[in-house]
Amino acid sequence: MNAAAPILPGSAIAPLRAPAGRPASLLRFLTCGSVDDGKSTLIGRLLFEADAVPEDQLAALDRDSEKLGTLGGGRDYALLVDGLAAEREQGITIDVAYRYFATKKRAFIVADTPGHEQYTRNMATGASTADLAILLIDARKGLLTQTRRHAFIASMLGIRHALVAVNKMDLVGYSRETFEAIAADFQTLAKGLAFSGITIVPVSAREGDNIATRSSAMPWYSGPSLLELLETVEVAPETEGPFRFSVQWVNRPDQDFRGFAGVIHSGTLHPGDAIRVLPSGTKSRIARIVTADGDKDEAIAGEVPTLVLSDEIDVSRGDVITRESDALLARREITARLLWMGEEALKPGAHYVLRLASQQANARLDALHHAIDINGYGIVEAESIAMNGIGLVTLELDRAIVATNYAVNRELGSFILIDRLTNATVALGLIDAGAPRGLPAPEIPTRTLTRLLGRFARWGGGSNEGHKRSIAKAISWRVTGTLDTFLLSYLFTASVKIAAAIGATEVITKIVLYYFHERAWAKSRFGLKDRPAGHTDGAGI
Amino acid sequence: MRPLSHLERLEAEAIFILRETVATTENPVMLYSIGKDSSVLLHLAMKAFYPAKPPFPLLHVDTTWKFREMITFRDETARRLGVKLIVHINEEGVKAGINPIASGSRLHTDVMKTQGLKQALDLYKFDAAFGGARRDEEKSRAKERVFSLRAPGHRWDPKSQRPEPWALYNTRLRPGETLRVFPLSNWTEGDVWAYIAQENIPVVPLYFAKPRPVVSRGGALIMRDDERLELLPGEVVEQRSVRFRTLGCYPLTGAIESEAANLEEIIAEMAASRASERQGRIIDHDGSSSMEQKKQEGYF
Repeated sequence: MNAAAPILPGSAIAPLRAPAGRPASLLRFLTCGSVDDGKSTLIGRLLFEADAVPEDQLAALDRDSEKLGTLGGGRDYALLVDGLAAEREQGITIDVAYRYFATKKRAFIVADTPGHEQYTRNMATGASTADLAILLIDARKGLLTQTRRHAFIASMLGIRHALVAVNKMDLVGYSRETFEAIAADFQTLAKGLAFSGITIVPVSAREGDNIATRSSAMPWYSGPSLLELLETVEVAPETEGPFRFSVQWVNRPDQDFRGFAGVIHSGTLHPGDAIRVLPSGTKSRIARIVTADGDKDEAIAGEVPTLVLSDEIDVSRGDVITRESDALLARREITARLLWMGEEALKPGAHYVLRLASQQANARLDALHHAIDINGYGIVEAESIAMNGIGLVTLELDRAIVATNYAVNRELGSFILIDRLTNATVALGLIDAGAPRGLPAPEIPTRTLTRLLGRFARWGGGSNEGHKRSIAKAISWRVTGTLDTFLLSYLFTASVKIAAAIGATEVITKIVLYYFHERAWAKSRFGLKDRPAGHTDGAGI
Repeated sequence: MRPLSHLERLEAEAIFILRETVATTENPVMLYSIGKDSSVLLHLAMKAFYPAKPPFPLLHVDTTWKFREMITFRDETARRLGVKLIVHINEEGVKAGINPIASGSRLHTDVMKTQGLKQALDLYKFDAAFGGARRDEEKSRAKERVFSLRAPGHRWDPKSQRPEPWALYNTRLRPGETLRVFPLSNWTEGDVWAYIAQENIPVVPLYFAKPRPVVSRGGALIMRDDERLELLPGEVVEQRSVRFRTLGCYPLTGAIESEAANLEEIIAEMAASRASERQGRIIDHDGSSSMEQKKQEGYF
């Protein structure tokens, strides 16, 4: 996605063995799947095959394999990556580990994520910055609940390419039938997801089959090896978009300088551009684009310049700078998918701290529209969401924030919720105002109505029919109506004078009547289809 | 729109993290260890807040056993950039006569480095400390967060670390809690050298090969930086062309034989190397999980 300073990592010159002077492209991927599917072994094997394990670490691995390994003293590649003592003792991965390696064609950043259900949040963290997901499946077990869960989360977080590795083929006698049955199961499952590319490979991480080179044990498989796929898979180019910049910090070293340091989420900027600061809406122009390497003529997405404006206007951390013509607006309400990570379940009415880009607000859970059933990927009614569950919610905020749909911009479309007492990060959220809300629970229409009336009270406008519009409509209707009255009066009385008098009097009285009639209707929701409140604040989504 | 290069992306990410910390914590500090990673981190801080100076001081926890060239470089750098430098020495440790030769690497590191660091953080009430650690350095660091939460007493509990999806960092703290912040988390050793070359960042000359007086001890080449390193029977000081891949206390830092006398040669040498960066660090090898254990006790 757009540059995001943050999502980034990467390096042309990768650890130790980089091909000098040759700029490699970068692929970020994660490995996920159920516990014991062999994720850590796979990554250890990939690092080994890519010649990315220094000799002293290899010697340490052989010592560790003898002491802790489960392979009778044989090299246990998982021990290369399971870094925490607790993990080594239990033989499982608890936390996301990041690995860096490179081949001649590409540099890679790997997020090795845990398989245990209670660590699903760590898997989601690894997935949030990945271009591709390797989903491991144990050939002996086939698709498990956790496989379905991880596939769903990867898809929800915007990963477009799924590389399915059917592992431990050595333990099923390299059976083609077993592989094909699992492949068919996965294709069926993926119909409910948004992957644009799916590749399925039979492998044995322990034996090295189809990891770096094609395996002679599976002559029936004619596709590429896992590493070949990783080196060649096309990753969607970063999207361009309108200029959007988050202010991180106001830079004011002395009386003569006042700049706004931040990050460009999308688009480009030049000195002289007309801009608007949100949520205030104040307008100004870009005077200078300041960096330590000198002023710039252009700044692009992913860069972190300091902007100087031509007017002395009030700008602070969390403000978003857009082009003057940008339709983006601040809003007090957002509809989003949540992945719940808190120990205590999410419940309607609860309060949290929301962080979105550099913005912070207090959020109240206004409505839980539905939860997602992780097995069938269907929508189910829910009263709360437990840890590792997913649901669609509407949050009401105590201050206006600037945000977009996640699909439009990841950085302005993603947020975390923080527990106000423990400061724990309890949810990650993806703004999705267009999501189907399912069938609202019986009490929701009433609640929505109450909320909308509440908004009317706050802002003095209950619908999108403004006062000026009501007056204009009254006048246009009167012109039509008065002509009609005049013609009818003339037909009945045959007197131009009387017809004109009736018409003229009626113009005045009915304009006034129509206005009051219209305003009365504007206060009522009778017969209107419920409109997601998140849309009323605009934001062009 | 031209995509950013890998180094540009890494630079932008680090600057973003530096600013997030300054904007959301009360009293940050940058741990300055004088090594190449610290040099890069300081350079990034100069860029992140330009034209202002970094709005935090540098803190060097001096074990009194650093290479003399490191101390000279440290003081020159602070003067050249006009940044505030705090030097903290664990005086109790000095009084107790703790040293890396007689006390052993483990005790010396614990008292002079880990305890010294905790003393300084408590003394100045810093709530966030930047460090130059990278995830590619060591296995337990591969799981470290960018914003690493430390409980009161500076303990690191790997299980209570906060998830960091996208670039959303939860920097909220309860009384007594502090943060370690690692803006170079996603850099590799190769990235660091490539960036030093690109930005022309000064580093301690010990990284470049030249003839230096070394003794061979316990399989490592130890430079005799001053007379405190007493020779054991049979040991002789030799002039050999050596350089250092990482820098620490001189009796605990092994040199590598090398002719690489400039950046280009270092980068070429690294590309051909079969050994990992921390191989020369004696403290890492006291058992496979020893770095994790040191971290739980508060080592950076």
